[in-house]
Amino acid sequence: MKWHVLRPLWVAIGLVASILVARMFLVPDDFGVHGENFTYGYHRLSNVQEWKDFPVKYQGRESCEECHEENLTALNGSTHQTVECENCHGPSIDHPDPNEFLPLDKERSLCLRCHAFLEYPNSNRGELVSITDRTHKRRYECVKCHNPHDPKEYYE
Amino acid sequence: MTCSRRDFLKEAVGGTLASALPLSAFVFITTDEAKAAIEDSKVRWAFLVDTTKCVGCGLCVKACKTENEIPYDAAVTRTWVERYVITKDGETHIDSPMGGRDGYTTDLIRDEEIDPEEIDKAFFVPKLCNQCDNPACVQVCPVGATYQTNDGIVLVDRDWCIGCGYCIMACPYGVRFFHPEHKVADKCNFCYHRISKGMQPACVECCSFGARRIANLRDPDDPVTKIITTERVAVLKDEYGTKPHVFYIGLDANVR
Amino acid sequence: MPEEIIVHGMEWTIKELFVYPNEYIYWSIQIVMYPYMTGLVAGAFVLSSLYHVFGQKELKEIAQFSLVFSLALLPVAAMPLLLHLQQPTRAMEPLLTPHFTSAIAAFGIVFTTYALIVLSEIWFVYREYFVAQVHALKDQPGLSNAMTRMVYRVLTIGAYDVSADALRVDKKAATILAAIGIPVACFLHGYAGFIFGSVKANALWMSPLMPVIFIMSAVVSGIALCMFTYIVIMEWQAFWRRRRGSAEEASEIKGAEIETINKATRYLLGFLIAAISLEMLDLIFRGYTAMKSWDILRSVMYGKDFVNIFVLQYTLGNLVPFVLLILPGRTLKRTVLALLLVLFGVFMMRWNVVIGGQAFSLSFSGYMHYEIPIIPHSLETFKEGLFGALTVIATPFVLFWVINKFVPSLRRDVQGS
Repeated sequence: MKWHVLRPLWVAIGLVASILVARMFLVPDDFGVHGENFTYGYHRLSNVQEWKDFPVKYQGRESCEECHEENLTALNGSTHQTVECENCHGPSIDHPDPNEFLPLDKERSLCLRCHAFLEYPNSNRGELVSITDRTHKRRYECVKCHNPHDPKEYYE
Repeated sequence: MTCSRRDFLKEAVGGTLASALPLSAFVFITTDEAKAAIEDSKVRWAFLVDTTKCVGCGLCVKACKTENEIPYDAAVTRTWVERYVITKDGETHIDSPMGGRDGYTTDLIRDEEIDPEEIDKAFFVPKLCNQCDNPACVQVCPVGATYQTNDGIVLVDRDWCIGCGYCIMACPYGVRFFHPEHKVADKCNFCYHRISKGMQPACVECCSFGARRIANLRDPDDPVTKIITTERVAVLKDEYGTKPHVFYIGLDANVR
Repeated sequence: MPEEIIVHGMEWTIKELFVYPNEYIYWSIQIVMYPYMTGLVAGAFVLSSLYHVFGQKELKEIAQFSLVFSLALLPVAAMPLLLHLQQPTRAMEPLLTPHFTSAIAAFGIVFTTYALIVLSEIWFVYREYFVAQVHALKDQPGLSNAMTRMVYRVLTIGAYDVSADALRVDKKAATILAAIGIPVACFLHGYAGFIFGSVKANALWMSPLMPVIFIMSAVVSGIALCMFTYIVIMEWQAFWRRRRGSAEEASEIKGAEIETINKATRYLLGFLIAAISLEMLDLIFRGYTAMKSWDILRSVMYGKDFVNIFVLQYTLGNLVPFVLLILPGRTLKRTVLALLLVLFGVFMMRWNVVIGGQAFSLSFSGYMHYEIPIIPHSLETFKEGLFGALTVIATPFVLFWVINKFVPSLRRDVQGS
């Protein structure tokens, strides 16, 4: 038996062994099948908690209500009652700490998202009160005349 | 003495088998984890989109970008809204400028004017990751960087993804993309960080018209689950066998 | 107006009509290069095995050369992937945590296995030469001689037995490896075809024929490249020998062997016919069954990509070289032209599959046009641009030159087994 013939095999085995050793150091310990099967459950387990810990930005209307009840009273009876505070006021994140004031978007473009006239029959869009931007008081912000918390209220 | 063919082959096969054994160590299951996963999870997230309610304001796209830190001016998004205008000549005009991020404030579609008299119907279709039961994107990931949690959400491990793009090519719905800053694959995860705390996804929270809703299919008392199970709903591209979990009310035949 | 952030794929994708917001041409020139290079690897190896396993004596010279060239091509097959990955530092992960349900995960295992087979086979073929060099350089003065000798010592892996028995065993081992290597080489490239063929989301790629088409055209390209390089090198060497008037024997003046070229051409034609037949079958089936995607596929294939597919690939890349090689009175010049056209044709096939598959949107209602970055203005436009592709093409020749210094694959007197 000419044993030299196996030398490339030893090299190959050495290579595979070094990959397995490298694996011990380079692959996190919690990497494996966590879940029903290998196809859909092969991953690093700690990543799930990492995603759960992702910072929340929008806090939702209930958290605004804690301090800003009077704004909400007007809003709740109006046609804008389903519009989220943070849609116009931006995400509150940890308001009031450190952001004491929230950036208020007063641009026309914000209101036009819903209220720009699009002549689409049998679409919910067609049922909204709308204007043609070009021909409706172009120089002004919408909120100059309309109260966003109670849109039926006009300022003269 | 020469080596006989039989001896040589024996050694070769033996050596190959020996080196294959450690290869099986690539895959392992920890018993605790497996047990926890296989036991029925109390939650299976699903989504309900009502296209009859969507007005195309695009606030959901804006909120998603803000909440999930997708750069606002990047032409990629975890969720988007498509506009469909079907005219009397049978043409379907579709657009989604920046995914509908700025809403739809003009009736021009790619600078083309469409005569309102010619419109048969027009509507908006929000889209997002379907968190499929058989996610093709997870199947093709070469390194296990994307996976499905036991409550049905498909997540991407940003620290492990190699950025090959196979998952992006494998998704029939086009929901995946490369995050321009993290340089790894990204996609909607139903705001996993919010729903795990009992909050709503950002897009659901901000929709003023109730066009977007989330459901737990395993909770029989969930009102949205009741709609999905008792009313007529549809899914996108069912023919791919992915078993998507975003259900649509009012899904038109023209929707791509 | 705030500036748009560059998203990967945006700089070379032009969208037309309705394309999903997240859709871009993510798999661009480097993903065209990758199957092209692995195809050359597989083809070169199969050509070499035609001699080692099937005893095609006329192919002996080119077989030696193509074996070593296959090795030079191998690292270059991995280059396009490294250039394409958004996270190239994590390139080892498919070897560390392979998710075997993914065809790409096979890459690490198959690539490593194939590399080991090629390296081992070369070792068995040239071991006698390595040992001879170690002895010949033993008492030679000078640092470069000492370093060269060290390289040869490493290359022997300590196996110095060059008795007749040992060499017989070497020959047998090389034959066995050449035999095992054929299915592995086919797997190396077949799985590349599987990567595309198994993507059900892509209407053009999804086909069980894809792996087979890829293998057939891979062998075609491998044989063509080896023949071409072999002819060029042999004729170049013969040219210089004639110029210098240094060769005495007629056999040393001869360039490429006619018998070798003829035999290799026959195999080339066989695989070419197979490749063309399968592609025609795929096209006919698609048109006949007219699935949902047929409308947009047809408009892409017969419209935007008509020149790419029917003129460049099928006519210039398949039909013309086929005719050139079949017509009687085949000259060396005509053969070289045909080989270059074949290489071009196989490249166009990869292009038409990869880029063509992304030429239409998942919505089936829009198109994406690929504009390859020519002059790079960023790392990304270099890596995924023309110059990145040229770097990949040039490297195997550089590598071959280096390897050939230690493993002489072109010398007629060092032919190993």
